[in-house]
Amino acid sequence: MRIWLEKQRHLIDFTLASLARRKTKNIGLLLAYTLLVFVLASLTLFTHALRTEATFVLAGSPEVILQRMVAGRHDLIPPGYLDKIGRIRGVQKKEGRLWGYYYDPVLNANYTFMARPADEVADGHIMVGNALARERGLDKHNTISFRSYSGKLFTFEVSAVLSPDSELLSADLVLLSENDFRSFFEYPAGHYTDIALSVANPQEVRTVAAKLSSALPDSRPILREEVLRTYQSVFDWREGIILTVLAGAILAFAILAWEKASGLSAEEKREIGILKAIGWETGDVIRMKTWEGLLISLTAFLLGFIAAYVHVFHFGAAVFEPVLKGWSVLYPKFTLVPAVDGLQIATLFFFTVFPYTAAVLVPIWRAAITDPDAVMR
Amino acid sequence: MIELSNIKKAFNQNQPNEYWALHGIDLTVEAGKVTAFRGPSGSGKTTLLTIVGCLSRPTSGRVRFKGEDISGLPERFLTDIRRQSFGFVFQQFNLIKGLSALENVILPAFPTGRPRAELVAAAGELFDQLKLGHRSAAKVEWLSGGEQQRVAIARALINNPEVIIADEPTANLDTALSKEFMAILEGFTAAGKTVLLTSHDPLVVESSAVHRVVGMRDGRLVDG
Repeated sequence: MRIWLEKQRHLIDFTLASLARRKTKNIGLLLAYTLLVFVLASLTLFTHALRTEATFVLAGSPEVILQRMVAGRHDLIPPGYLDKIGRIRGVQKKEGRLWGYYYDPVLNANYTFMARPADEVADGHIMVGNALARERGLDKHNTISFRSYSGKLFTFEVSAVLSPDSELLSADLVLLSENDFRSFFEYPAGHYTDIALSVANPQEVRTVAAKLSSALPDSRPILREEVLRTYQSVFDWREGIILTVLAGAILAFAILAWEKASGLSAEEKREIGILKAIGWETGDVIRMKTWEGLLISLTAFLLGFIAAYVHVFHFGAAVFEPVLKGWSVLYPKFTLVPAVDGLQIATLFFFTVFPYTAAVLVPIWRAAITDPDAVMR
Repeated sequence: MIELSNIKKAFNQNQPNEYWALHGIDLTVEAGKVTAFRGPSGSGKTTLLTIVGCLSRPTSGRVRFKGEDISGLPERFLTDIRRQSFGFVFQQFNLIKGLSALENVILPAFPTGRPRAELVAAAGELFDQLKLGHRSAAKVEWLSGGEQQRVAIARALINNPEVIIADEPTANLDTALSKEFMAILEGFTAAGKTVLLTSHDPLVVESSAVHRVVGMRDGRLVDG
């Protein structure tokens, strides 16, 4: 065992010396490889963190949302629907929600107006999302006026700015009382935008949805898991778009790495001949080159992955942010919670380290099995 | 110590460019002596040395080393024997550029797994014997021809082999350096080592350090 370890140490020493001898080639290769790992790792880390964030955020949303449909379009919930639902087993709470969109010509942005119970927001007051407050320069106790769609001017006092922690969801949110909401949008009394239902047992969500569909055939239940799946698909799609855009570059890097790894120079072939002639076995040469491949690809993997981690979780993935996060006038500012998936790392590792090491070995094996007497000829 | 019987060697066998380099060589090499192979280019000297030194196998015939038939051994065993029992000094020295003299010298010992400190100490002794101690840290491409050859000799000795094989050792040296090499050669025999070398340099083959000269021509032995 000691001899084996000592031998590996010698091989690593020689490999490091070899790498140092071909500095320019190896540093170039290392940079290209690190960049490739950086791009791929940034992409996977960022989309994974966004998915985790979406799951985390949606954890607090209702399990089922019921929307009424007219001619395939979302319509208001008429009075009496809440009672029609009656008592469904497993439903803990049901509540009619009031929300809508308001276009603010000052920012050219859409806000989401949502009614909250009177004990949360008093009449004449609003609570605003952090991004909105930032863009309109609002603070607590400031007043702001909005002209409603009917042309009337409404003035509200800001009673609170929502916590930046919830900015991913509340960036453009305006919370106001039910009375203010109904008079601002001239919303018919007794109508709601949709109905939110809380279901305690996740196993029962689909049964509840089926019962809702049969009780109210003109309505559509939307499950939280469906919303989550839609988010996942959106991020998958965006990740796919970036990968497609980068495919050319990734391929170019791959070809470069393959070419650098698989092309043995005459000098390297000569050296392999010398090593064999002075007593190295074919296996020693292959092991030495395996170390070389591993050292380069592992270093590239570690550097690329660490750079990607810093890029995503400390700099908000500045390079991919516009594509992956989507576009908005009121851009939410949020810090991603570091979320790393072991399987993702393993996949990335397999697709970056393994092909390179294999690419290194094939030509080395071919060179290493040649007769050692070549150096004498 | 080394017995060759009916050694034949063909290159590119069964191909249109088939070439027979050796045509049935029978030879016995004595231990502790210097044997020189003399002959023109293409006479088969180097090919014979590669077979004796386990760098290649004969197409037919037998090679016995210390009584054991080694001609049919698989590559791994041949490599073991080559590493333990033979040290090579090549005509072009075949040092690895970019590495120091010391690194070059300890290279053949890497597969043995001997600790680095032990190897460096052994190399240091060899450098002292060969008056090269001051150049051990220098990269080999910065060394003169004579120094490079002494590095190659130190490398051949690092595993303490019984047999030294030198292919045209003075071909790249001037007269003074060639004489220096012959002095080193005498040191080998004094240490009980067997030396096989090829040369057409009269300074080598006519030297008193050489105990036996074997003539070769067209892949056959001729009178020395």
